[in-house]
Amino acid sequence: MSTQTENPTADRRLGEDLLVVEGLQKYFPIRKGLLQKTVANVQAVDGLTFTVKRGETLSLVGESGCGKTTTGRLLTRLVEPTDGTITLEGRDISHLSNSAMRPLRRDIQMIFQDPYGSLNPRHTVGTIVGAPFRLQKVKTPNGIKKEVQDLLELVGLNPEHYNRYPHEFSGGQRQRIGIARTLALKPKLIVADEPVSALDVSIQAQVVNLLEDLQSEFDLTYVMIAHDLSVVRHVSDRVAVMYLGKIMEIADRTSLYERPMHPYTVALLSAVPIPDTNRRENRERIRLQGDVPSPINPPKGCRFHTRCWKAQDVCKTTEPPLAQLAPGHAVACHFPENKDSLTIDPTGAAV
Amino acid sequence: MSQSSEDSLDGRAETRPAASGGPFLQVRGLRVHFPTDDGVVKSVDDLSFSVERGKTLGIVGESGSGKSVTSLSIMGLHKPGTADITGEILLDGQNLVGMNREKVRLLRGKRMAMIFQDPLSAMHPFYTVGTQIIEAYRIHNKVTKAVARKHAIDLLDRVGIPSPKSRVDDYPHQFSGGMRQRAMIAMALSCDPELLIADEPTTALDVTVQAQILDLIRDLQQEFNSAVVIITHDLGVVAELADDIMVMYAGRAVEYSTAADIFNSPQHPYTWGLLGSMPRLDRERTERLQPIKGTPPSLINVPTGCPFNPRCAYAGLNSDLSFTVRPEFRDVGGGHHIACHLSAEERTRIWDTEIKPKL
Repeated sequence: MSTQTENPTADRRLGEDLLVVEGLQKYFPIRKGLLQKTVANVQAVDGLTFTVKRGETLSLVGESGCGKTTTGRLLTRLVEPTDGTITLEGRDISHLSNSAMRPLRRDIQMIFQDPYGSLNPRHTVGTIVGAPFRLQKVKTPNGIKKEVQDLLELVGLNPEHYNRYPHEFSGGQRQRIGIARTLALKPKLIVADEPVSALDVSIQAQVVNLLEDLQSEFDLTYVMIAHDLSVVRHVSDRVAVMYLGKIMEIADRTSLYERPMHPYTVALLSAVPIPDTNRRENRERIRLQGDVPSPINPPKGCRFHTRCWKAQDVCKTTEPPLAQLAPGHAVACHFPENKDSLTIDPTGAAV
Repeated sequence: MSQSSEDSLDGRAETRPAASGGPFLQVRGLRVHFPTDDGVVKSVDDLSFSVERGKTLGIVGESGSGKSVTSLSIMGLHKPGTADITGEILLDGQNLVGMNREKVRLLRGKRMAMIFQDPLSAMHPFYTVGTQIIEAYRIHNKVTKAVARKHAIDLLDRVGIPSPKSRVDDYPHQFSGGMRQRAMIAMALSCDPELLIADEPTTALDVTVQAQILDLIRDLQQEFNSAVVIITHDLGVVAELADDIMVMYAGRAVEYSTAADIFNSPQHPYTWGLLGSMPRLDRERTERLQPIKGTPPSLINVPTGCPFNPRCAYAGLNSDLSFTVRPEFRDVGGGHHIACHLSAEERTRIWDTEIKPKL
């Protein structure tokens, strides 16, 4: 990582907003008939608003189908949003064309979930990790090979493995190759989609530690997409809980895990199996009934009301806004949990 | 078909008397070796364990530790000619190793059944969910299609499929992931199996669905008093369900004890490593995870001595023993078995001073 121009202002600007997302929406149309008329929409992401500060880790969690992966693909502009804006360092990138987006691709990179599917089996590690330099025509004074070997060393691989093919590596090592490729152009924002969920427990811990080390070394900003709530607590500064394309609760790590306010968050946390046999008997678990409803026709009002044990009539008709109920802790619920412990008056709350 | 159903009746009559006493499933000195062009892959190497009726054994290990190969051997699902299986697998006193494949087939479904990790590839996409459950039920029970269909609907209802009367005619792709997993559990339970093997039953599922499935397995076990083997890499899942836990590494058992012992006073360095690798919701957040260095070994070239020695931080503590002599899997008190050369004092000291405080 020696050759590229250092970003001298990065340290000074640590903590300011790097990414601002407002009202982000993505509908996938369902077309039918001869004229391919749009008959319905899959409302994958429906009105997300959040910011990501430089140097922090924001995690998006939720069950499958909640839109977290679509959000990741929107942030990296692999898909174009239906509505809303994505602003990176003050520049609106929501509808940039492919060619206008290309120079920005070096600023936003992605780590993929599947370490088997994300590396071309016919390319050597050198080609794979060196591709960003070639594609972005980045000058490397000591040659691409030297650069790639530095990267391999950085992620804990042997630089001599430059000429090997992906199949010669284990899952954890492949994930490291993917991370090396991601880091090649020193991105400002890394979107990591389930970066460790395909790995074994002992390897998972190695990769989590690697991601944290790299973050503190290069002031990286992560948007982490994950479903494992234990891992999320370990890596995140802030956490956004998603359900059916909407943010239900967003808060810093400590508040979210110690004082979850949205019933959905409470249910998710209570469902995590705890590796402690002494707790088996006296655990209170909230069992959510059924599955996540279809995003083609999501429930009216609060989208969670069909599975919520606190739901009342108002929840079926009025959608609760995402309101800040405590400093840095916003919840979209008419009847939030853990409200008594609040020190400030939740005047912003709906109803 | 009539010939084979007679066989199955005979098979049952033979085994019933042996049912008295002794664990329902007993595995002794099991070895499963796969000869390949590169050498012999020793997937399971001298493994012994047992499960009683009404009890749950959790088998924990990383990929390649031999846990799935073990379960496939019990079920007799290895392709003939590919695997060299030696040792004994006693199902209610009946040795399954070397048994006629047709006879093993008749035991499957009725006496033992399996829940697979991926329901999408374990179910046939061309047949409806109902057809697949009915097929299994009618092989073991001489009933009409209508009775079997009623049974299938009852089962789907039992595992929590909404409106089972209409969903029984759905194809697997019309079910969500959690529902497919439940449908497969219904299929596995259709003949009230006495042994249920669940191989990573919740790995592909969301945490809320996982909790539902674990509750379901627990309830059904209590109802049918079956012996359950649950195979997983998630220590949280085994802590919820298992009475006993076996930790596997490189095709061998490295630690075997009650679930409480494994979590409260684990004695093998590999188990310590697994516990240190997991971030935990029930503890204060630690600054760093304590991973196990390196990667699991190749099963063609298993390290000499203790197979864990290249990754073990304590391998040098007893001169060269860990590098030269394979540690015996032995009882270290109260039925707690481990395969490690460290002395009891050293293990206690390391656990109390180095491992426990960091978890």
